[in-house]
Amino acid sequence: MSAISADGLMAVERQVAPRSVRRWYRQPALAFGVVLLGLIVIAAVLGPLLSPYNPITQNLGQTLLGPSAHHLVGTDQLGRDTFTRLLYGLRNDLRIAFLAVVSPFCIGVVLGSISGYFGGWVDAVIMRLVDIVVAFPFYVLVIALVFVLGPGQRSIYIAITLVGWVSYARIIRSEILVAKRQDYVLAAQSGGLSAVRIMARHLLPNVVSQAIIYGMSDIVQDILAIVALGYFGLGIPPPTPDLGSMINDGQNFMTTHWQLTTFPGLVVVLVGLSLSLIGDGLADIIRPGQA
Amino acid sequence: MTFVFQRLLMLIPVAIGVTIVVFFMIHLIPGDPASTILGIHATPKAVAFLHHEWGLDRPLVSQYWLFMDRLVHGNLGQSLYYSAPAASIIATRVPATLWLVVYAAILAIAISVPLAMIAASRKDGVRDHVVRAVPLVGLGMPPFWLAILLIYAFAITVHWFPTSGYGAGFFGHLHSMFLPALVVAIALAPVVIRALRASMLNVLGAEYITTAKSKGVPAPQLFLRHVLRNAVIPAVTVLGINIGFLIGGTVIIENVFAIPGIGQLMISSIFQRDFPVVQGVTLVFGVLVVMVNLLADLSYAALDPRVRFDR
Repeated sequence: MSAISADGLMAVERQVAPRSVRRWYRQPALAFGVVLLGLIVIAAVLGPLLSPYNPITQNLGQTLLGPSAHHLVGTDQLGRDTFTRLLYGLRNDLRIAFLAVVSPFCIGVVLGSISGYFGGWVDAVIMRLVDIVVAFPFYVLVIALVFVLGPGQRSIYIAITLVGWVSYARIIRSEILVAKRQDYVLAAQSGGLSAVRIMARHLLPNVVSQAIIYGMSDIVQDILAIVALGYFGLGIPPPTPDLGSMINDGQNFMTTHWQLTTFPGLVVVLVGLSLSLIGDGLADIIRPGQA
Repeated sequence: MTFVFQRLLMLIPVAIGVTIVVFFMIHLIPGDPASTILGIHATPKAVAFLHHEWGLDRPLVSQYWLFMDRLVHGNLGQSLYYSAPAASIIATRVPATLWLVVYAAILAIAISVPLAMIAASRKDGVRDHVVRAVPLVGLGMPPFWLAILLIYAFAITVHWFPTSGYGAGFFGHLHSMFLPALVVAIALAPVVIRALRASMLNVLGAEYITTAKSKGVPAPQLFLRHVLRNAVIPAVTVLGINIGFLIGGTVIIENVFAIPGIGQLMISSIFQRDFPVVQGVTLVFGVLVVMVNLLADLSYAALDPRVRFDR
């Protein structure tokens, strides 16, 4: 029964995504997203080369300085250069977010394919599991899992994997349900190919793009979760720079040093913007003509 | 009636699954759960007490049975921090969270409907593009960050709203919780705006709209009477699907604004290593989402007869 409601979900999601922009607008938006993400990734990768300061070493003689030629965004309450910490925080959060989507993506795609292709009791079991996971709010389950597993990066990866695979499984399953009735699949089946081969070689290349598009918004969601965990002090332990803990540290100085809180948040917004633009642009290219 | 019955029947495996997940939380704790929770200064006596209390000295199935037996009697265990049962602590915190969720849902609709109408009224126009850029920025915005900026702008710079708290009485809640509800609503609005705009464009293409136009129905009336009424159902569906996100967002926002709801209780209990309360709050969140989803499904079926037959 909920199998059907999952299809209903997909129908709504498709309807949700705007696909009606004219081409001249569509392509620049995608290009802008790619360039923006490219700059962000370059800044994150080259971070250590772009700044002469150490992100962790405290300099208590130079705390809470305003922006200047030496410190572009000033220094924090422990005298550390904020611009340097932004680069390193971005580097850490981006790395964790990109790595964190890999295993939910793989698990979700495999389970979704099996569920959609075989149907029957296998499908029923997998979809019940999906129902159970989505019964919990995303943040609640991630925070609860990180709490029981103990703080640190490993717990973040495990928590996001356990919670994140369900969306990929739902998307791939509903795509496979449609695709498996196509002639090329029937031809492959009557040719006597094994189920694994049909799924991996014939079905997956045709349906995986939907999961990749969703993956873009999933990375955004994961970055928000990582930053939220950092904000609550449940994420990457200090003194390692993390945008969430920087927002939290700066909160106490909001009235006098607004830049300490504002800039880490702006960096997250830019990452989200670039990935959303890419996701929407890819969706337009892969499914053209959908209203 | 069969629809209602089937929908209730579907609830059983999910409800059992939710309790299993919450039950297993304790076994995800690395090492011996009792000593890990109590920390390095735990006395052997306290560890032994927790072992007995949580039934850790029994086989797994009988542990779950013990957990379920207590649960159906409304017993979520004893808080390790407060000298009270976890269930009663949680119960006092639920109203604030429900207030925030309902308030935020209303604000989300109040923001989304006008924006989606502006966007759909002239497709691909300048205003359409501006409205459609909102989700791109909004989706990546950390809600607690937005909350801090809004507190700074509207509670510290100009004193329109209090910086934190729940307020007293109906209008007190309405005033104190405006900023928190607004932040949750802004986090949710991108998804709802997209859904509403898409469904309004669908409705605008329908034949009955052409008919109404050709009869000379004035534009405002056309939008309110014909378009909005039909476009709102899909948007409410999207709101229903995202109810988990809406409820989860309150965990973060309650902590920034110090609202005494279950989200704030969850984070403070994590720092007090009060495992039974964290476990209980997780369960309550799960139950809340399942119940709201059920209500949403049943209300669409009541509002729109097509739902009952489609499924």
